[in-house]
Amino acid sequence: MSSFEPVIGLEVHLQLNTRTKIFCSCANQYGCASNTNVCPVCLGLPGSLPVLNQQALLSAIKVGLGLNAQINPFIKFDRKNYYYPDLPKGYQISQYDFPVAKDGFLNIKIGDQEKRVRIKRAHLEEDAGKLVHDNSGSCSLVDFNRTGTPLIEIVTEPDLHSPQEAYDYLNILKLTLQYLDVSDCDMEKGSLRCDANVSIRPVGQTLLGTKTELKNMNSFRAVKAALEYEIRRHEQVITAGGKIVQETLLWDDAKAQTQTMRSKEEAHDYRYFPDPDLVPFTVDHKLIDSVRAELPELPQAKHIRFLSQYSLSEYDANILVADRGTADFFEAAVKEYPSPKKVANWMAGPVLMELNDRKMSIYELKISPASLIGLIKKVEEGIVSNLVGKEVLTFMLNEGKNADEVIKEKGLSQVSDDSALLVIIDEVIAQNPAVVEQIKSGKSNAAGFLVGQAMKKSGGRANPKKLNELITRRIAGV
Amino acid sequence: MNLPQLTAHDLLDVFKSGKASPKEAYEDVLRRIKAVDPKVKAYVRPAKNQPDFKGGFQIPIALKDNLCTKQEEITCASRILKGFISPYDAGVVEKVKKSGGAVLGFANQDEFAFGSSCETSCYGPTFNPWDLQCVPGGSSGGSAAAVAADEAVWALGSDTGGSIRQPASFCGIVGLKPTYGRVSRYGLIAFASSLDQIGPLTKDVRDCALLLNIIAGYDERDSTCVNEPVPDYTKALVNDVRGLKIGVPKEAFAEGLDAQVRVSLEAAIDLLKKLGAVVTQVHLPHTPYAVATYYIVATAEASSNLARFDGVRYGLRVQPARARKNALVDMYEETRSKGFGAEAKRRIMLGTYALSSGYYDAYYLRGQKVRTLIKNDLDEAFKVCDVVLTPTSPTVAFKVGEKMSDPLSMYLSDIYTIPANLAGIPAISVPCGFSKGGLPIGMQLMGKAFDEEMLLRVSYTYEQNTEWHTRKPNL
Repeated sequence: MSSFEPVIGLEVHLQLNTRTKIFCSCANQYGCASNTNVCPVCLGLPGSLPVLNQQALLSAIKVGLGLNAQINPFIKFDRKNYYYPDLPKGYQISQYDFPVAKDGFLNIKIGDQEKRVRIKRAHLEEDAGKLVHDNSGSCSLVDFNRTGTPLIEIVTEPDLHSPQEAYDYLNILKLTLQYLDVSDCDMEKGSLRCDANVSIRPVGQTLLGTKTELKNMNSFRAVKAALEYEIRRHEQVITAGGKIVQETLLWDDAKAQTQTMRSKEEAHDYRYFPDPDLVPFTVDHKLIDSVRAELPELPQAKHIRFLSQYSLSEYDANILVADRGTADFFEAAVKEYPSPKKVANWMAGPVLMELNDRKMSIYELKISPASLIGLIKKVEEGIVSNLVGKEVLTFMLNEGKNADEVIKEKGLSQVSDDSALLVIIDEVIAQNPAVVEQIKSGKSNAAGFLVGQAMKKSGGRANPKKLNELITRRIAGV
Repeated sequence: MNLPQLTAHDLLDVFKSGKASPKEAYEDVLRRIKAVDPKVKAYVRPAKNQPDFKGGFQIPIALKDNLCTKQEEITCASRILKGFISPYDAGVVEKVKKSGGAVLGFANQDEFAFGSSCETSCYGPTFNPWDLQCVPGGSSGGSAAAVAADEAVWALGSDTGGSIRQPASFCGIVGLKPTYGRVSRYGLIAFASSLDQIGPLTKDVRDCALLLNIIAGYDERDSTCVNEPVPDYTKALVNDVRGLKIGVPKEAFAEGLDAQVRVSLEAAIDLLKKLGAVVTQVHLPHTPYAVATYYIVATAEASSNLARFDGVRYGLRVQPARARKNALVDMYEETRSKGFGAEAKRRIMLGTYALSSGYYDAYYLRGQKVRTLIKNDLDEAFKVCDVVLTPTSPTVAFKVGEKMSDPLSMYLSDIYTIPANLAGIPAISVPCGFSKGGLPIGMQLMGKAFDEEMLLRVSYTYEQNTEWHTRKPNL
């Protein structure tokens, strides 16, 4: 086994879902035609000046509080100077020595153990534009729509010691951010991006090894893969007596390998200095307290509460908490029908399947907690079977009707009428003489096969209890 | 009637009496420009768009070439911005247009306002209307020369270290740098954001108050603009300084001050005393460090502010004939090498150095600390006086070319004006005499933050009791 310990730190850039951009009044919107969602300010035209969007600051404070961090009431912005065509001012407005939040943490689970991942800082900054490379290769174009999108950069301490820990941290971070409702956290759209710093050291050593920085990972899975690759590479280099060069590497997902982007010598001197266009100010503690008061219950707290309050299994609790809407829906439903286990089964089973099939969020489904409970009650009362219940759910979602209407319209209620069931039973008995003989000879559990056959014939609508009862009587009576 | 010679307030009376229309005045001034600008070269470009002649202050105005004006080419007198058409109006330009202001054209300046002589302009120098061998001062030299030569009734300039007051002094007119935050900087192409302020250049103090009335006030598009009520500055035009305390820093009359300037200033101080003001000596111990501090803070900010001129989106773009590194870096380097003049390059390099890793603490941070000390000196002074009086410039206008090869001596031209920018306080320059060679001399008054009224009152009283402002250059 490897005698090296990896040391990993992560930097996550998150686009905040404010209505407008961070320093101008352009809409903060994804997917507009190139260079249509711009103004003199986000284009960095001569003479234009930035004005801070208060909502971006509030969102950043919310993120800080949600990550258990200290909020820095002194708000100051700095210029990070470098040249790139997607950066229209030649500097990025960011926060250098006074990040909006510092010294936070998130817990991840390693087996049964909780591990604290410290978050060093979270700061506000503006996003850059996007380069669009012409197919002919003769030129590159710049789309400035994204310029000025509010970003918060969340930086961990080097507390992660395996790609799996990094992966787990990213998942709980994303879930926490989704609960905070500050971003759609969509990596495909680039609203959540992650860079990783990694080094290795002999187990037991406290001194850090030379690190490399990994960029261009487009999913959490890619972060994990890139880290696995890079750790192996470090091990090979060091085991072979070589030295790791401090550099920035790009992950190539298709080739599943990293390649050098720039060395330490080529690293920028960003010449940070306070942005004279944005006057520093102090946030009132009352404002921070009011954001704190409005924080939602966060996933880890909710998980613990679900286990104790509703006696749910770890599995059910995990599934319900994995989406804030699903968790809220569950709780609303349990209020209507206080049988948490049954509701959880429906939520974690058929409802979730429908969500996945439809690629929708729970808010988009045409169903309310009350109407789901209406359906569950029908099943519990034996009006429809479990199987037909799922069918009813599909109709309910397609047509936006309640369970009652669907069952009536489609004639899906269970058949409990003896004469109707007896017709089916007689057919089944006639078709399976061998099974009937087995039952007669005392193998009573063979009756289950006949119940199944009869159920099939009824199109799933027969009441299974009643079937069992009638079949037993019929065979005994014959 | 010679309309271009009139002050704005006289012109307003003429309009009211019906003896002439704003359109006539505008056209007369255009004719005057045509007649004398080939000699003075105050303008770099006429306005493309005609004024609409609506509003209460239809005064023909010159704008410095760094004030963004919608659908006009604006270049900061730099090759790198040639061809840049602004899609928007600066906050002050909006206000001027709304008041009726009739924009004549764009006035010459030092490139990106880097200079004290108007000689670093990519269009070549402007000449002083009082002596065409001499510079008009800078960087708002075009604005000052235009007003002095009756090529504009009034003008707007910008002042980062004296760029309104020093040319006003060299050209014998009134120039005011308002309190930092009094006037919106939105649309002013930045030199040093923490020092820049837009202000009026006018023929007399009443015009200065009128134009300040038009441009002052809050603008939510500039975070450094202060939301303070704007008084009617003409109410401050009271011919009375009795009992007012005028502080004179002994440092201001030390070595380096031209003898003729000293004599004029001493006479001005005597006159103010006679008019009832109380003159007291004040001490500004840190002002000897002002120029050094300024050239660290201002160039650091400038190096960052000018980074956007990279050839990617607007203005000049040059690709070298032969590839060197890669297409992008080659384009950046070639564009900026060809686009910026020598002084701009010098300041970008100074500022980049001052902000560099390892030097930041020793230069930029230290500069900011000294800046606070200079501000504290002035705060102390204003505990014992209402205004601080100094010369505007240690010399009268110098000859074209005289200081171009000696940047340090050029920088010292702003020794008296820089402290007000570092402290963010208002300061005005008013004519207070002429040299034997017939060149104007200016007196600077500095005031407390947002107390432009006190500056106007003292200047107005001085002006009412002298006749320097009535003299005209012979062109």
